[in-house]
Order: sequence, then C-alpha cells, then structure tokens
Amino acid sequence: MEGIWTAVAFYLLAATIVVSALLVVMLKNIVHSVLWLAVCFVSMGGLFLTLDADFLAAVQVLVYAGAVCIMVVFGIMLIQRGNMGSTNLFNNQTKAAAGVVALVLVVCGYLAATTPWASPAFAVPEKTVESIAEIMLTKYVIPFEVAAILLLVALVGAIFLAKEVKKADAHND
Amino acid sequence: MGENIFTGIAESLRAFLYGAGVPPLASELIVLIVKLLAVIIFVSLNVVWLVYMERKIAAYIQCRIGPNRVGPKGLLQTVADVVKLLAKEIIIPRRVDKVVYLAAPILVFVPPMLAFAVIPWGDGMAPIDLNIGVFYILAVGSLSTIIFWMGGWSSNNKYSLVGGMRVVAQMVSYELPLVLSLLGVIMLTGTLSITEIVNAQRGTWFIFAQPLAFLIYFIAGVSEVNRVPFDLVEGESEIIAGPYTEYSGMAYAMYMLAEYGNMMVISCMCTIMFLGGWLAPFGWTFLPSWFWFFIKVYLMIFIFMWIRWTYPRIRVDQLLGFGWKVLVPLSLANIFVTGVGMYIYRAIGW
Repeated sequence: MEGIWTAVAFYLLAATIVVSALLVVMLKNIVHSVLWLAVCFVSMGGLFLTLDADFLAAVQVLVYAGAVCIMVVFGIMLIQRGNMGSTNLFNNQTKAAAGVVALVLVVCGYLAATTPWASPAFAVPEKTVESIAEIMLTKYVIPFEVAAILLLVALVGAIFLAKEVKKADAHND
Repeated sequence: MGENIFTGIAESLRAFLYGAGVPPLASELIVLIVKLLAVIIFVSLNVVWLVYMERKIAAYIQCRIGPNRVGPKGLLQTVADVVKLLAKEIIIPRRVDKVVYLAAPILVFVPPMLAFAVIPWGDGMAPIDLNIGVFYILAVGSLSTIIFWMGGWSSNNKYSLVGGMRVVAQMVSYELPLVLSLLGVIMLTGTLSITEIVNAQRGTWFIFAQPLAFLIYFIAGVSEVNRVPFDLVEGESEIIAGPYTEYSGMAYAMYMLAEYGNMMVISCMCTIMFLGGWLAPFGWTFLPSWFWFFIKVYLMIFIFMWIRWTYPRIRVDQLLGFGWKVLVPLSLANIFVTGVGMYIYRAIGW
C-alpha cells in the first residue's frame, strides 16, 4: 500500500521536475523561467521527502526556492531590455545540444544499469538532523570549514566592491 | 477545565472511525484532514476578526470610536467588508502578465497556511508534530518573497514594480537576522522540534535567557510582514500600494488577509520560541493550555498593532542600514555570547 503511493508520488514529482526544467530553458520570457525554476526546486524538495530526508527537503526549499530564485530575480532586475519577450535567448545550436544530451543520457543509463543497487541495511532514522550534524563536524569537518572560508571570502569581496563604488562617488562630487 | 476539549474531539473522532471499521491508515488520514481543515477555517475567520481589532486599536490610539455600525460594537464590520469585496469585479488591466497576475494573490496565502500546520495550539495540539518544525516554518516562510514579487512584476506598473523590488530587498535583508536570532534558542535546547522547545521552557521562558534574540526576532518579524515602521513596500504616500496597486476586489483582499496571516505566524513563533508556548505562567493552570497560547499570541499581535499606529515609516537607506549594520552583527554576537555562556555554565557545573 505504502509502496504504491510512494511510487505515484515519485512519478508525479519527477514529471513536474522534468516539465518545469524544460520550461525554464524553453520559455522566451526570463521571468517566467525563474518562476518555473522555483516550481522545479520545490518539487525537488518533495522528492527528498519521499526518501524520508525531511531536513534536506527543508534545506532545498529554504536555500534554492527561497534564496537562489531571489538572487536570479536581482539579476533580472539589473538587466535593461525593452521587450520582455526576448530576454531568454536561444542560440539554435540544437544539433550539438542533442548530441551532448544523448551522451549524458547514455552514460547515466550505463552507470545506473551497472551499479549494484543494494537496499539499505537499516531504515532511515527518524531524526536525521543529529546524524547530519555529527558527520559534518567529525568526518567531513575539513570540507565544511573550507566551505565556510569560501563564504567568508565572498563576503569580504562583496564588502570590498561596495566600498569601491562609494569612493568613486566621492571623487565625482 | 476545558483542557481536553480539542484533543478529546480528535480522540472521539478516532474512536468513532475505529468503531465504524475504517482501516487505521485511512482513519489517521481523515483525522489529519479534519485537524488541518479546522486550522484553516480558524485562521481564515480569525484573520477577518484581526482586521476589526486593528481598526479598533487604531481608533483608540487616535481618540476615535472606530467601526461601530454593523453588528454589536461593529463586530460584523469586516464581515460586511469581505462580502463587499467578494462581490466586486477583479479588474485585469490590458498589458498585465495574466497568469502570473492572477496566480500571485492565490499563492500568497499558501506559505502562512503551510506554517500553521506545525504550530502547537495547546499541549499536544500540533496538527503535525514535525521534528524539524522550526526549520520547516523558516523554509516555507522564505517562499513568500517571490510571490509578492510575482504580483509586483506582473502588474506592469511602475509603482507595483518598485514595490515588488522593495519586497525582495527588504525580505532578503531581514530574513538573515530572523533566522540567526532563533539559533540562540536552538543552541540552548539542542533541538529543532517545536514541542521540545516549548517543554524546555518549563523552568524559564527564553525571553529571559535570550532577551536580545527576542528583540531581534521581533524587529525582523515586523519587517518580514511589511508593517510600520517597515512598510516601505506599500508606502501609500510614495508608491500608492506597492505590489497591490493594480489589484481589486477579492484579489486585493487576499493580500491583506495574507498580511494578517503572516503576522499571526510571527506572533505564534514569538510565543513558541520565547514566551513559553502553551505553558501557563506562575503555574496558573486554571486556564487550559490552548487558552494561554491564544492570550500570548494576541498579546504579540497587540504589540504589532500598537507599533503600527504610533511610529512613522523609515527611509529605504535607514531600513537596509539598520538590517545589515545593526541587526546582523547583533544576532551574530548573540550566537557567540550564547556559545561562550553555555561553556562557562557547564564549567561551573550548575
């Protein structure tokens, strides 16, 4: 009973993800693309939920649908273009794209077919947050800290850029 | 007295379904749907009444009487207003982006409604007791930014667009202190579950352990629901009504109702995280737990309204400067002090 509903949810979510991702690329208006991108991210969160990874699902919604889409919105608003109908350009390289996509599909299919899919020995724990926190601060502490330093560098860079603009203004006065 | 009214209803419904021979999975589903429907109906009705409360408080602060014609003491005034708005035409201007324009006022009510699903309205009265409840509320809350922007952008109007961009800038700036201020409480309790956080406040409410975090959360919350003094988004004297400028009838009303819904979410979160949730103060358990929860939530809502009618609006540069230069460093300092304090506390061995 439970398995059937999980499968139904998976296929519905997968269909939503594929269709919305296609629309992100195909639509001519970039604002519509962003909105479909948000739909795509939220359905990805749903996919995590079907795997009992509720924390990852919340992160997906918070970081991707809530923050990344907003960053794209900022980007859009800095672009000036009179006609919104031609903001998401298409360069007509369909043959090259088809070749690359076919290659990716074949490689992914081959890897999926040759991987020995073992079902996990134990069930997903009810509380995933604690396990994620523990593994992040013990086994993967160095990548974790490197990511933190990366963010710090980006932060300092942003402040530096903002300061520079102010100085230029002062000279113009 | 009255403590078990709502849990009792749920129990008797479950017993009735069991007696009728409904399979356990289906009966759990039915009970869950009934719970969520009850919350949705309660919140929708309550929001209508909050508009009345706001107008009465505004009138009191301005030495007026306020609505007093429809129903006793004007209690049915907002019901009449909503019926009027339902009957009005939703005007769609010619050059708007039709689908996005009509989707925005419908979607705008979704994030607050999703948040209400995990809020414990009393002892053991959370419709869904999620073990990452706090994080879930923050995650669904972050979705409302893009929905306001959808309305502002699709209206194809200068004022709407400026208002939409102000929503994005303001909500992104204040979401950071909003999240960081809650981190202090989460460090103290070591859990993201709302029920456990409330239970951890049996000794002391976290407003006393984390006063700075409460203040930061409250200020960022006022900004997050776009109310005075942070209502630049819909500053009437500058940009008419911001993203809502082109909307009419029920579409406009949906934005207003969503604003009150969001205000309730922030008030509920303040209550849960800092004011002890459903716990009774001083052991005054003669009132049921859900009643204490509502007293605290309405106290927070009253403070929201009080601020709205006594403070002027601040400028955009003041808004962003205050957010990034005061609230963010303060909330980071609060996390640091909390961490150091916890170690000292353990070292002393209390």
